[in-house]
Amino acid sequence: MPDQLIFAMEVILNGLMAGVLYALVALGFVLIYKASGIFNYAQGVMALFAAMTLVGIMNGQVPFAHLINATFGTHIHKFGWNVPAFVAIIMTMAVMVLLAWAVQRFVMRHLVGQEPIILFMATIGLAYFLEGVADLMWGSEIKALDVGLPQGINLWIDETTFNIFGYGFFIDNLDIVATVIAALLVTALVAFSQYTKQGRAMRAVADDHQAALSVGISLNFIWIMVWSVAGFVALVAGIMWGTKSGVQFSLSLIALKALPVLMLGGFTSIPGAIVGGLIIGVGEKLFEFAIGPLVGGATENWFAYVLALIFLVFRPQGLFGEKIIERV
Amino acid sequence: MLDSSEGYVTEDGRKIGGVVMEMKNITLRFGGVVAIKDISFDIREGEIRAIIGPNGAGKSSMLNVISGFYVPQDGEVWFHGSKRPPMRPYEVARQGIARTFQNIALFEGMSVLDNVMTGRLNYMKTNLFQQAMWKGKAEAEEVENREAVEKIIDFLEIQHIRKTPVSRLPYGLKKRVELARALAAEPKLLLLDEPMAGMNVEEKEDMSRFILDVNDEFGTTIALIEHDMGVVMDLSDRVVVMDYGRKIGDGTPDEVRSNQEVIDAYLGVSHD
Repeated sequence: MPDQLIFAMEVILNGLMAGVLYALVALGFVLIYKASGIFNYAQGVMALFAAMTLVGIMNGQVPFAHLINATFGTHIHKFGWNVPAFVAIIMTMAVMVLLAWAVQRFVMRHLVGQEPIILFMATIGLAYFLEGVADLMWGSEIKALDVGLPQGINLWIDETTFNIFGYGFFIDNLDIVATVIAALLVTALVAFSQYTKQGRAMRAVADDHQAALSVGISLNFIWIMVWSVAGFVALVAGIMWGTKSGVQFSLSLIALKALPVLMLGGFTSIPGAIVGGLIIGVGEKLFEFAIGPLVGGATENWFAYVLALIFLVFRPQGLFGEKIIERV
Repeated sequence: MLDSSEGYVTEDGRKIGGVVMEMKNITLRFGGVVAIKDISFDIREGEIRAIIGPNGAGKSSMLNVISGFYVPQDGEVWFHGSKRPPMRPYEVARQGIARTFQNIALFEGMSVLDNVMTGRLNYMKTNLFQQAMWKGKAEAEEVENREAVEKIIDFLEIQHIRKTPVSRLPYGLKKRVELARALAAEPKLLLLDEPMAGMNVEEKEDMSRFILDVNDEFGTTIALIEHDMGVVMDLSDRVVVMDYGRKIGDGTPDEVRSNQEVIDAYLGVSHD
């Protein structure tokens, strides 16, 4: 097999893995959009917030330490204990549910029936607010996140591919874990939305509020549930990205990468988010590999957006989105 | 005859039971506008009760009070012999009051079957994980609910569109699907908001037949709003007539038909 082809295969494999991580973030967007018609700009910041909270809890940090110290002249920073990762993840999830409740109670409930653009603006506000709160609670320095996920090169793949092709593929263990987790997450989400009472109710609410009320569905409950599920997805994405590249502000910017993914996959489709993520992941790696050297590289920064732009022109609803039919 | 608490027997020989729902001195205001003014009436078990009146009479407001979408400023709602505290619409629905809407409110993105299944949400008692796994109790429960739904789908003759997304259906069929969803909840009281609005004669006849059949077959208590006098008089056992938020008549169709105030309201006599 020619070297180029083997390289390309490794690139594709790595692209798929990266795509899974994009898909994880995009999933959070799709969930909220499907259930409430809101494009949640804060999804990326929610991932950041979740990751920071997780690190904070694990390290036994005192929340709002700087604020407390500045106000009372004290010098407390840590409780002096470390919380096991598993327990910390559950506690963080509790915080995300609390956040979901607060968002519903203090923001979304007051905006029922408003134009989508107003709801969108509200989530932009929420994004900045949450970012500020996250800094205030846990401090703004870059933190390492280690919940015990395997990292580094997968030796088995390296050896196996070396024996076959005479060249060992570099695949990060973390990416493999991310893929497995994403697959589990998607299966769980699909089962949840298709087969459970709450999932049905969620789809019903997304479709028609009045009708949902008339069959005995509590809108408040469903919305809190949806934001909690989005919080959970954000937590998973936060753990993955946080482990990969440290918990820092730029984590919230990965949300931007989710936008082209959504345009490709369609805003309303869970499988769309996955396929879109994979296409973008593979596409940008392959493009960088094949065309990058000809145009001076750094194509990964813009490739996804250009692809999304092309999609907007030819298939605005995305690959899997609901077809928009305007009746005149 | 109407006053006896045991109920009465209709002209066609159906036995009507005791009071299911009683509205006592309901007053509903929107700011300075009085939509419903001090209205009382009752709905008895097994009967078809109509609320009629010209446009803007407050019929839909009354239905919205019953189903919890509006909370009246004054008056009491009694359901099955106890006074109902102010409730949210979904709580009212869980008590066994199902409804349809004047401007169809269906889940457009779902199939007919899924739409009707949502009517059974409150009959699903197994937990999230059982349902997601589709095992044991949850499976049995789903089968049970599905059977109930299929029965209703058969009954309303919409088998052929079971898997069709609702958004593709014509108006008349959508109305029927909405009725099916309401019926799926096995309601103690079924509220129909202008079930015949916007239909042609044939569709109206179909719908009338279904309403009568539902009442006959399942013994469902039905309260409906309509402004097509002809249809109402044929369908209903007792009729409340509203005009400008007041009740101007209440009784059997014949009684109402001969009521001078009702005739005035419909023919348009100036209000002085």
